[in-house]
Amino acid sequence: MSKVEFNKETGPREVFCGLTSIVWLHRRMPDAFFLVVGSRTCAHLIQSAAGVMIFAEPRFGTAILEEKDLAGLADAHEELDRVVNDLIARRPEIKTLFLVGSCPSEVIKLDLATVAEKLNKRFLGQVRFVNYSGSGIETTFTQGEDGALKALIPLMESSNEEKLLLVGTLANNVEDRFKKIFKNLGISNIESFPPRQSTELPKIGKNTKVLLTQPYLSDTVRDLKHRGCEIISAPFPLGIEGSTEWFLAAAKAFKINELKVHEILSPLINRAKLALESHKEILKGKRLFLLPESQLEISLARFLHNECEMDLVEVGTPYLNKDLMKEEINLLPDNTKIVEGQHVEKQLDRVRESNPDLVVCGMGLANPLEAEGISTKWSIEMVFSPIHGIDQAADLAGLFSKPLRRNQILTTKTLVTH
Amino acid sequence: MELTLWTYEGPPHVGAMRIASSMKDIHYVLHAPQGDTYADLLFTMIERRGQRPPVTYTTFQARDLGGDTAELVKKNIKEAVERFKPKTLLVGESCTAELIQDQPGALAKGMGFDMPIVNLELPAYSKKENWGASETFYQLTRTLLKEKVSSSEKISPLRWKELGRRPKVNILGPSLLGFRCRDDVIEIQRILSEQGIDTNVVAPLGASPDDIERLIDAEINICLYPEIAEASCEWLKRNFGMEYTNTIPIGIKNTIEFINEVHKKLDLPLTNKEELENKSKLPWYSKSVDSNYLTGKRVFIFGDGTHAIAAAKIAKEELGFEVVGLGTYSREMARQVRATAKDLNVEALITNNYLEVEDAMKKAAPELVLGTQMERHSAKRLGIPCSVISTPMHVQDVPARYSPQMGWEGANVIFDDWVHPLMMGLEEHLIDMFKHDFEFVDGHQSHLGHTATNTNNILNSDEKKEKNSKEGIIWTESGRAELTKVPFFVRGKVKTNTEKYAILRGIPEISDETLYDAKAYFN
Ligand code: SF4
Ligand code: SF4
Repeated sequence: MSKVEFNKETGPREVFCGLTSIVWLHRRMPDAFFLVVGSRTCAHLIQSAAGVMIFAEPRFGTAILEEKDLAGLADAHEELDRVVNDLIARRPEIKTLFLVGSCPSEVIKLDLATVAEKLNKRFLGQVRFVNYSGSGIETTFTQGEDGALKALIPLMESSNEEKLLLVGTLANNVEDRFKKIFKNLGISNIESFPPRQSTELPKIGKNTKVLLTQPYLSDTVRDLKHRGCEIISAPFPLGIEGSTEWFLAAAKAFKINELKVHEILSPLINRAKLALESHKEILKGKRLFLLPESQLEISLARFLHNECEMDLVEVGTPYLNKDLMKEEINLLPDNTKIVEGQHVEKQLDRVRESNPDLVVCGMGLANPLEAEGISTKWSIEMVFSPIHGIDQAADLAGLFSKPLRRNQILTTKTLVTH
Repeated sequence: MELTLWTYEGPPHVGAMRIASSMKDIHYVLHAPQGDTYADLLFTMIERRGQRPPVTYTTFQARDLGGDTAELVKKNIKEAVERFKPKTLLVGESCTAELIQDQPGALAKGMGFDMPIVNLELPAYSKKENWGASETFYQLTRTLLKEKVSSSEKISPLRWKELGRRPKVNILGPSLLGFRCRDDVIEIQRILSEQGIDTNVVAPLGASPDDIERLIDAEINICLYPEIAEASCEWLKRNFGMEYTNTIPIGIKNTIEFINEVHKKLDLPLTNKEELENKSKLPWYSKSVDSNYLTGKRVFIFGDGTHAIAAAKIAKEELGFEVVGLGTYSREMARQVRATAKDLNVEALITNNYLEVEDAMKKAAPELVLGTQMERHSAKRLGIPCSVISTPMHVQDVPARYSPQMGWEGANVIFDDWVHPLMMGLEEHLIDMFKHDFEFVDGHQSHLGHTATNTNNILNSDEKKEKNSKEGIIWTESGRAELTKVPFFVRGKVKTNTEKYAILRGIPEISDETLYDAKAYFN
C-alpha cells in the first residue's frame, strides 16, 4: 500500500441519506416500486433529490407516518397493509415491491421484514416483497443501493454455471459496451446485478465470478461471498487505467491470456487517450478537493490525478471499506490525504484555506462555494451520467473540465449573490 | 399513513429553515440525521442562493442512539454559537429527533448563553411546511418582543399624525422559497412610498432580530402572505393593538383595494382612482383587440391559498376567462378557497394528492392550467398549456429579471405569463409544418405539445433518416442501436458528426465502433 494518509472525522455532515439511491434504482428496474415507510421529510428528500424531473407517475412513493401510527405499532402494520393494497390495486404492473425503511421507521422499530414476509404470503405469485433500510442514521447516499441489492440476494437461485456477474447499477449503454468487450475477450456468460427487470435475477453459486462496477457495495459483496461467489479484486472501471485493470482482473479470473486483453483494448485505449487530451490540457496541474458524498471519490481522485494530472488536496469519502478499495488506494499517489466521515464546517475551512481550483461536492454546497469564487462539480452527476469504461474516460474528464473552462470564459471570480 | 408520490409541502422544520434563512444574524440548530441536510439544496439550487442556510444539523447516527444524543446536541449547539455568533438562536428537531425526545430547545436554554433562544416545537407528524414557517415567525416575534408588551400602550394607526411624520408600516410574510417574494416586496414598497407611506421593517426576508424588536415603531402591519404572517399579525394586534391589512395586492382590482384599505386604516386621503388604474398595462392589454381570443377561455387553478384565490379573481374579472376548477393544498386556507369557489360556481378541491388534482384537471378539460410545478407536469402530460402561479416551484420559476406578482408590475407579469402559453397556438402550427425538418428531433418541441403522438411522429421520421443518409452511407444495426442510446438532445449532432467522419475516412458502413471513433475524433 502506498503512503496514503488516512483520517477520520465526525461532526455535522452534508450528505444525502440512502433513500436517494431510489432515484436511479427505480429507473434500472422499471417493474419495481420503492415504497419508503417514513416521514414527510423522507418524501420531500427523494422528491428534491430526484430533481423536479418526474415526467410520469414515479415508481417510488412514501407511506408517511402520522401521529396515530406512532401511538401503536399494531396500527402501523395495519395501515401499511392498507397502503400496500391500494398501491398494488392501482399499479398492477408492479412485480417487486421494496419496503424501504427510514430513520423514523427504525427508531420506532417498525419491523418491515415481518410485514414483507406476511405480504409475500398474501401476494404469492403476483408481487414479491423485499425490505431494506435507506435511513440516514445508518446509510449515506449510495449505500441505499447496497441495501437494496443485499435484500435481493436471498431471492437469487443457485447455479454452478460459470459466469461473470457485474454488480452495481450501470447506465444501459455502458453495460452493453462492457458485455460486448467481454464477449470479444471470450467471456460470454455475463449477467448484471441489478438486472434490468427485477424478476430476472441472475442465478449464483460457486462458479460465479463477481466483478464490482461500483465501490459502495460492501454488504452485497459480503453476502455474495457467503453464497459461494468468487469476488474478483480490481480497481473500478473509471478512466482508462481503472477500466483496463478491471478487464485484466476479470480476464485473469477466467484464465484468458493477458496479451489478448491488451490486443482488444489497445485500440480503445488509443482512441480514449486521444479524446482525453483536450480535457487534460485544462485539468493538468489544477488542484482538486473532493468532499465526501458518493464513495466514488477515491476512484475519481485516482483517475483525475493519474490520467488528467490534477493535484489532490484532499479526498473525502463518507465511508471507507479499505478492503474493497485496496486496489484503488494502491494506485493513488504518495501522501494522498483521505478523510473518512465529515465535519462539514471544518472541511469547508480547509477548502477555503487551500483555495483549490475545483471542489467536488453535494448540491447544497455548490452555489455557496461558487459564490466564493471556487469552481465546483456536483458529485450526484457521477451517479447519473454514464462514466464507466474506457470509451467514457473523456466524458468523465469532461465533467470536471467543464466548470474550469466555464470559469475561464466568465472571468469574474467573486460575485454578489442574491 | 398517507401514501404520497409527490408532496406540495415539506415538513415543518423546512418552514422554520425558510424563516431562519430569510433573516440575518440568526442561526438554527436542527437536531436531525445527516440525510435531512438535503433541505439546503432547496435554497442553494431552487433559489440559487450564494450562501448556505444558517443551519447546523446535529447529524446523529444509529450508533449514537444507544448513547447520549443529548451530549451530541449540546456539543453542536456550542460549536454553532462559537462559530456563527448569532444574535438569536433557534433550536428545533426534525421528524426523527422528535421521536427520541432529547428536547434540544430546553438543553440549549440550560447552556447559559446570553442571546435569546427560541425553542421550536413543530410537530412533524401532523403539521407541514407553511405551518412550520408561520409558527417559527410567530415564536420569534413573541420571544423578541414579549418584554415590551406590558410597558407599551396600544398603538393607534393614527400615531404618525401625533408624531408629525409620514406613516410607517411593516411588511410581513415574505420569505425565501415563497413565490416571487423578493420582487413583490420591492413593488409594494414602491407603491406605498408613492402614497407617502414609509416602510419600517420587512420581515422575515432580510430582517435581523433587531428589526423584529423595532416592529412596534410602525403604525400598522401589511400581512402580505397570510400563510406565514397571519399568526404574528394577530399576536401583534392582540398585544400592541396594531391593525393589519387583509387584502392581498395581486391583480389590479386587489391592488387598488389594498391601497384603499391601507389608506382607510391610516386615515390618509386617496389618490385619484383613474390614475391608479392606469399604473398597469394589464387593463388595456386585456381590453385590446388582440385579446379577444381570450374570451371565455377555460382555466383550471390550483396552488397555495393566497395565490389560488387571487388567480381566480384575476382570471374572471380582469382577463375574462372562465374558471372551471379551483383548489388548494393549504388546508389552513380551505374556508376562504371554498368561498371563492362558490362565487364562481365551481366546487373547491382541497387536497394534498396531486393525482386527484390531475384527475380533476382532466375532467374539467381546461384550455389553460394555473398551478404549481406539479400541475405543470400534469398539464404537460395532458397536453394543456400551463403557467406556474404558486410554490412548490422549479428553478425556472425564480427568474433573473424583475418579475413580481403583486402590484402594478405584478399585473403586467401575470398578463404575460398567463397569456403567452396560450398564444403558442401559432407556434404549434409551425412546428407541425416543419416537424420533418432536420432540426426537429424529438427534443425540439414546444413546451406545450409534449404528447405521446407527437413524440412518436418525430421518432419515426428520425428513424427513416437514419436508414438513408444522403451520402449513401449505411447505418448498420449496431450503429443504429448505439445511436438511439445517445440522449435525444445531442443525437442529431452525434449523427452528423459520425457521418462526416465516415465520409472523411471513406467508411461505407457505420457501426457502433465508427460512432465511438468519430466521437473520439471530434472530442
Ligand atoms: S420538464 Fe421542463 S418544467 Fe419539468 S422539470 Fe424538466 S425542465 Fe422543468
Ligand atoms: S435522513 Fe432519515 S428522516 Fe431524513 S430523509 Fe433520510 S431516511 Fe428520512
